[in-house]
Amino acid sequence: MPAFSRTQVWLILLAITATTYWIGEAGLSGHGSMVPVLALFGLAFAKGLLVCLDFLELRHAPALWRWLVVGWLAMVVALIVLAYWISLR
Amino acid sequence: MHGSTPTALSSESNELHPATGAQTGAHLHAQAHDATPRLRGDLGVWLVILMELLTFAILFVSFAFARTREVALFNASQATLNLNAGALNTVLLISGSWCVASAVAAVRRNASVVGARWLLGALGCGGGFVVVKLGEYAQKLASGVDLSTNTFYMFYVLLTGFHFLHVVVGMLAITYLWLKTRRGRYSSHDCHALETGAAFWHMVDLLWIVLFPLVYVMR
Repeated sequence: MPAFSRTQVWLILLAITATTYWIGEAGLSGHGSMVPVLALFGLAFAKGLLVCLDFLELRHAPALWRWLVVGWLAMVVALIVLAYWISLR
Repeated sequence: MHGSTPTALSSESNELHPATGAQTGAHLHAQAHDATPRLRGDLGVWLVILMELLTFAILFVSFAFARTREVALFNASQATLNLNAGALNTVLLISGSWCVASAVAAVRRNASVVGARWLLGALGCGGGFVVVKLGEYAQKLASGVDLSTNTFYMFYVLLTGFHFLHVVVGMLAITYLWLKTRRGRYSSHDCHALETGAAFWHMVDLLWIVLFPLVYVMR
């Protein structure tokens, strides 16, 4: 992932939040379909990744710390999506 | 080849080369120093952050799996939440994080006054979050919702309430750091405490980034 300036990160985060809000507002947030939920949490992961790498400055931290926090994010998002998938069974 | 034009080269090596060499050396040294992987903030607080992340992970995943048993109830209860308030709070936390990151950057270039202003901006964002959230809680209480209403609301109160407490703690830390920064207490050589407070604040933002789509949007 390329490094962005702080303000670019902020603007990207705002744009993603607007998209998430729109997904919710338009009633596209799931309703028994995997695609919107994957999009929703894909966006949440992208947002979280930017906060981890650029705001928490894990981009410049020892790899172990970077992977611990990014791994936490990936794991939580994956388990939420898995639970949603199970709810459709 | 060096020997063939002694005058020109000797002047180059005497005046330009050593100077350039020294500059490059210093530059490389600075770069190497910057490039050394380093965890920004206090190790102890980072361990606390890991514990917090783990605790919230358990809550998030419990919410998601509890939902699989009562999908209709979760969806109906979620429909009563205020999506606008949730989205507004996301914007406030993201902006607060941006302010704190900018404050740290300002202090690193020894611009304490600018840094203090950014911290004040972060406090404004945090204050906005608290006001919106309290308004949301007041609405929910007025409509008779509490921990015992149903599983969804139990998680809603637990997750958002626990997160709310972290926002308040983060604001107390930022207030302390703001007072210190205003007085020029931190600089490029000493901003460890500021980086530590910033890490905690960004963690609060990171948690909300998962909480918002999970509790307010997914159905």
